Amino acid sequence: MSIENRAVYHPPSLFLLLRHELIKTFFKWRTYIGFITLAVVIPLVEVALKLEGGTMVQNMTRNLSRDFLLIGNLFNAYWVTYTLMMSLWVHVPFLIALVAGDQLAGEATSGTVRLLLTRPSSRSRILLSKYLATLVYAALLVIFLGAVGVGVGLILFGPGDLLVVGKEFIIIPAASVPARLMLGFGFAVVSMWCVSSLAFLFSSLVENAIGPIIATMAVIIVFFVIANLPIESVQAVRPYLFTTYMNVWMQAFEMPIRWGEIGSSLLRLSGFSVGFYLVTWYIFVKKDVLS
Amino acid sequence: MMSSEIVLQTFNLGKKYRHRWAVREANLLVHRGEIFGFLGPNGAGKSTTIRMLLTLIRPTTGRVEFFQKNVLMHRADVLSRLGGLVERADFYLYLSGRRNLESIAALGGNISKKEIDEVLHLVGLAKRADDRVKTYSHGMKQRLGIAQALLRQPEFIVLDEPTTGLDPQGIKEVRELIGRLSAERGITVFLSSHLLSEIEQVATNMAVIHRGEIIVQGKVGELLNDGDTVVRLIARPMDYTKRVLARLSFVKRVVAQGDELQVTIGNTDSSLLSSMLMKSGIEIATITPLRSLEQYFLSITEGASDVD
Repeated sequence: MSIENRAVYHPPSLFLLLRHELIKTFFKWRTYIGFITLAVVIPLVEVALKLEGGTMVQNMTRNLSRDFLLIGNLFNAYWVTYTLMMSLWVHVPFLIALVAGDQLAGEATSGTVRLLLTRPSSRSRILLSKYLATLVYAALLVIFLGAVGVGVGLILFGPGDLLVVGKEFIIIPAASVPARLMLGFGFAVVSMWCVSSLAFLFSSLVENAIGPIIATMAVIIVFFVIANLPIESVQAVRPYLFTTYMNVWMQAFEMPIRWGEIGSSLLRLSGFSVGFYLVTWYIFVKKDVLS
Repeated sequence: MMSSEIVLQTFNLGKKYRHRWAVREANLLVHRGEIFGFLGPNGAGKSTTIRMLLTLIRPTTGRVEFFQKNVLMHRADVLSRLGGLVERADFYLYLSGRRNLESIAALGGNISKKEIDEVLHLVGLAKRADDRVKTYSHGMKQRLGIAQALLRQPEFIVLDEPTTGLDPQGIKEVRELIGRLSAERGITVFLSSHLLSEIEQVATNMAVIHRGEIIVQGKVGELLNDGDTVVRLIARPMDYTKRVLARLSFVKRVVAQGDELQVTIGNTDSSLLSSMLMKSGIEIATITPLRSLEQYFLSITEGASDVD
């Protein structure tokens, strides 16, 4: 009786699949490890900086203040956030891989991959929805880092001009810092999407999330080491390592902003991400599910 | 209910892992309305076969057709008419039973809340639907597994060892549920088990797989329940023996093969046959009860697993 009035099959929209992937991701305790870590570490560091009383900035500007007259509060929310980002940047990939590396492997570990892949939705679509959910997580984590950094900073230090110490000293006026921060964190999101894509790729290869997390970190560390070896022939591979472009966010704080170079870095990062995704797709679609 | 429409057919289906054939030249045939039991010891290739049916594994040889359509070529269409539970009923433990079903159902498109309630009710999980699966007992997970197979009113469900690890009450409930699905909803059921008794009690048709090969398939009643035993007999004098056998009521059939007779007796002990023959003064050289199909199944399924 029920056979006759059974609904005709309509493929689910990608949006519906993504919604359920997000529900799965954000109902998981693992997903919050990154957020909790940042929510603890950032205020802790900022409070410590507050207690230190800005000696760091004073040390950095000692030479500068001999030649220039520095007005206003250089020890402010923006500077603190920028400095935090500089030091946390190496660790964020771990928090990204924690979730991205679990996306496919976790389904294998729990056995739920059998439920997913015996349904009418194609493997390609399921993979895409999981990938998009991973990108949403990565973006949220980076934005969260920025928001907590600036938010807590504003309460503790208030706003001010941003002093950037690189090859040269740059002071960005307070009024234009928020736009720069948004730009910088936007670029950072693209970098982390690349890390997510790599962890996601590793996740398709195994049935446990530990492997992909370690492998992702190992690749990043090895690439950083290679890139910094003072050997000319090794230097030549730098353009082919995605890690070379991961610091693109710092370019948002240059004066003037080199849009051409930023565009090229972002394009390359996206290129690597797409490449990683295509490999993942090839593996995932052909894979025999034995778990 | 029973029609001759073929709903599942496999053609020389085979799967080779490295150097070992897990399944070889499997030709299964399931008609609409059947409860098809797929019997075999652990490691015989049941799970590999089921995974090939549901597109989890790509066959090395042959193909699977549901509703006369190649499952790999018409995947979405075919799978939207099937429900499956492959091996253990695994779920997202951190989600409630209902959310699990919603998430799985979404893979087939939008689904109404009512339909989810309905399958939850059907397997008796309505009251616990909003608890996390983590808190479920093994039996409840198993029932949730059946519930997800029933989403979207499938025409055909594949259940892989659905009673594994259940207590006797749980086993009874699952069996009754399968019977009801078949009788009330006309769902064709493909059920695997390593227990002959289970297939015998639930299934209408069956196939036996052993070391990756389908040994036999047919109606359960015809394969098992006639209970006839065949006895191999060499006795002298032969003509007289035949005449004596013809008079015995429990002897159903006698086939001569050279100097050997194959005597089909009813549900009778073969010792009765030998004593009757001896009473008639027949000299018995050999009398060997050939193992019946049932004994044969038991011998392969009760032994240790097939895994080398």
